[in-house]
Amino acid sequence: MIKAVEEINRHTIAVLVDNEAGVLARVIGLFSGRGYNIESLTVAEVDPRNSLSRITIVTSGTRMIIEQIKNQLRRLVPVHKVSDLTLEGPQVSRELALVKVAGGGDKRVEALRIADVFRARAVDTTNESFVFEVVGATEKVDAFIKLMEPLGLVEVSRTGVAAIARGSNPL
Amino acid sequence: MAQKDTLTGAEILLKALVDQGVEVLFGYPGGAVLPIYDELFKQNRLRHVLVRHEQAAVHAAEGYARSTGKVGCVLVTSGPGATNTITGLADALCDSIPVVCLTGQVPTHLIGNDAFQEADITGITRPCTKHNYLVKDTNQLARTVHEAFHVARSGRPGPVVIDLPKDVTQGPGEYQPPSRVKPKYKPQVKGDIRAIEQAVEIIANAKRPVFYVGGGVVNSGPAACQLLTQFVRMTGFPITLTLMGLGAFPASDPLFLGMLGMHGTYEANLAMHGCDVMINIGARFDDRVTGRLNAFAPESTKIHIDIDPSSINKNVAVDLSIVGDAAHVLEDLIKVWKARQCRADERALKAWWSRIEEWRAQDCLHYESSNKVIKPQYAIQRLYQLTRDRNPYICTEVGQHQMWAAQHFRFDRPNHWMTSGGLGTMGYGLPAAMGVQVAHPEALVIDIAGESSIQMNIQEMATLCQYRLPVKVFILNNQYMGMVRQWQELIHGGRYSESHMDSHPDFVKLADAFGAVGLRATKPGEVDDVIKEMLAVDRPVIVDMRTDASENCFPMIMPGMAHNEMVLGPEDRAMEKPGSEDDGMVLV
Repeated sequence: MIKAVEEINRHTIAVLVDNEAGVLARVIGLFSGRGYNIESLTVAEVDPRNSLSRITIVTSGTRMIIEQIKNQLRRLVPVHKVSDLTLEGPQVSRELALVKVAGGGDKRVEALRIADVFRARAVDTTNESFVFEVVGATEKVDAFIKLMEPLGLVEVSRTGVAAIARGSNPL
Repeated sequence: MAQKDTLTGAEILLKALVDQGVEVLFGYPGGAVLPIYDELFKQNRLRHVLVRHEQAAVHAAEGYARSTGKVGCVLVTSGPGATNTITGLADALCDSIPVVCLTGQVPTHLIGNDAFQEADITGITRPCTKHNYLVKDTNQLARTVHEAFHVARSGRPGPVVIDLPKDVTQGPGEYQPPSRVKPKYKPQVKGDIRAIEQAVEIIANAKRPVFYVGGGVVNSGPAACQLLTQFVRMTGFPITLTLMGLGAFPASDPLFLGMLGMHGTYEANLAMHGCDVMINIGARFDDRVTGRLNAFAPESTKIHIDIDPSSINKNVAVDLSIVGDAAHVLEDLIKVWKARQCRADERALKAWWSRIEEWRAQDCLHYESSNKVIKPQYAIQRLYQLTRDRNPYICTEVGQHQMWAAQHFRFDRPNHWMTSGGLGTMGYGLPAAMGVQVAHPEALVIDIAGESSIQMNIQEMATLCQYRLPVKVFILNNQYMGMVRQWQELIHGGRYSESHMDSHPDFVKLADAFGAVGLRATKPGEVDDVIKEMLAVDRPVIVDMRTDASENCFPMIMPGMAHNEMVLGPEDRAMEKPGSEDDGMVLV
């Protein structure tokens, strides 16, 4: 049973929590303490009136591990809701990255041209550099960063994934 | 100082504890909790038991909780006072024991400044508590205490820490009664009725069934244990209990196969291995129970009833799961079983029982008796025979003596067996027995101990004497950390690395030094007299039972082996294998 080679899948999990001191530490401590992966984690308050925050976690594991992760999250007292967006139908997931590219000449022109293709905006410009803001699915952001590498990529800052289910129903 | 309607934090705290039904606190004072101790001094509703070490305070609260079904309560100071509770908290978390631990903290303006006796207690205790709180506002204190007790006792019970900065307990604030606090934490207690109906169907069609029941049923309460007994007897199925579950079903009932697992009985483990339907209620497929997972009950349909969804499909994938409280689910199971007029398959069951009786005839708990040295099993059997009519509360430390007690002491009622199952904490038994005796002043409370374990919290003998708690400490003294020695003999080539202590205290003199009574038996013929003398004394007693040093605890499933590969005794060594699986997984 334990030895059966099982497929490892990536899941995006949305967690609605009380916005209180230590709640993020509880979630992160759970992942480190039980040896689960965190590929990306974002957190921000989404309901100031009820003081609720939303944590979006991208993690990977076998079916049993993913089920464990969700059940362990549900066990935490400040956790209100846990939703596996990957399982529960179509979802939109987006990430924002700020990408700094330095250099001159042809490379600078090429960087601008690719940024245009990716609908990335230049949010800071100097004579030697751009900072591009690119928004999209993780794969798109990955692709943009890869293309910037030979063109003078010097720094990247990413937000991690924010995700939401398609359709009219709330979490 | 306090105006009308406002109280000090310490006053609010004690009022909240009283409103939560707390009668006794196990604690130890210090700088950060002086306002609370000052308030304790002025009242007489709450009793305080002054322990000698904070770890013992938590174990005492565990013993109190486990023997009464109430929440145990601890009060300690900041820094070292709080860090000393960690082992107790981790123990209570593993064994799902409801405890609320109040820790002092430096004043809020000093938090994070490395102040004297400051430690990040909410940070340190996060992974070893069910939940914890840092109270920063005196007005939030009452609400937090009420919520903490709710969290500790609801769902799967566990320890909760409330960290109390000194200014919060000194400052003024408003009290809120429990009725004004709406709990946010609401675990599911009713099981899904469709799943319960499916379960009844599977149970009714079983040919080789077994109930595998754990501490969850004891935690659910005496009603759950009664319903379990009723349901098991209705089906006529065999039942085995985990270490934590002992007492949930009467051991004297012929349907009871004994404990299962690493030192469980032959019949219980083989019934698990050969069953076609396994009904797990309130147990968690612990590695000490399952043995090698890929050979665990290979032909069985598994039903798992548990209040904690994260216990389901954690170690073992099951076929049907029911999340809910054991009492609620058992009640529904019985209802559906009766409504459908279900009958067990008598013929199949008869054949199954005849196989089980063959296994039982092995008499796996048999040992070579001796008239020269005291066999530890003999000492426990005599203790059981001479105390059973007094319905004693039994606590244990951890090791061989614990397993022998689990094998040879028979429990017909729940809440009479206190042992550290999950964490395996040496030093648990004596303070736990103290907590039990505080809760049941008239009862016979015995701590079955080893000479090594007992020394981990031996200081609590002073507490027993101070409060005239007549706990009987029954030491099986074999001069070794017996279970370590046993593993070294069986698995590590007899290299007894650091498992022997050349120097032990004279336990009889030690008892005397504490103001207790010390007794000793060195020959089998003395065992009965010493036990009778121990029972006759109305004071704390230490019994130094000098037992056979080389005795091993059998039967045993060696690490990494399956239920059907048990080693039955010292002459049955053929099946011994090293402690690692083919794929290199190390088994502990």
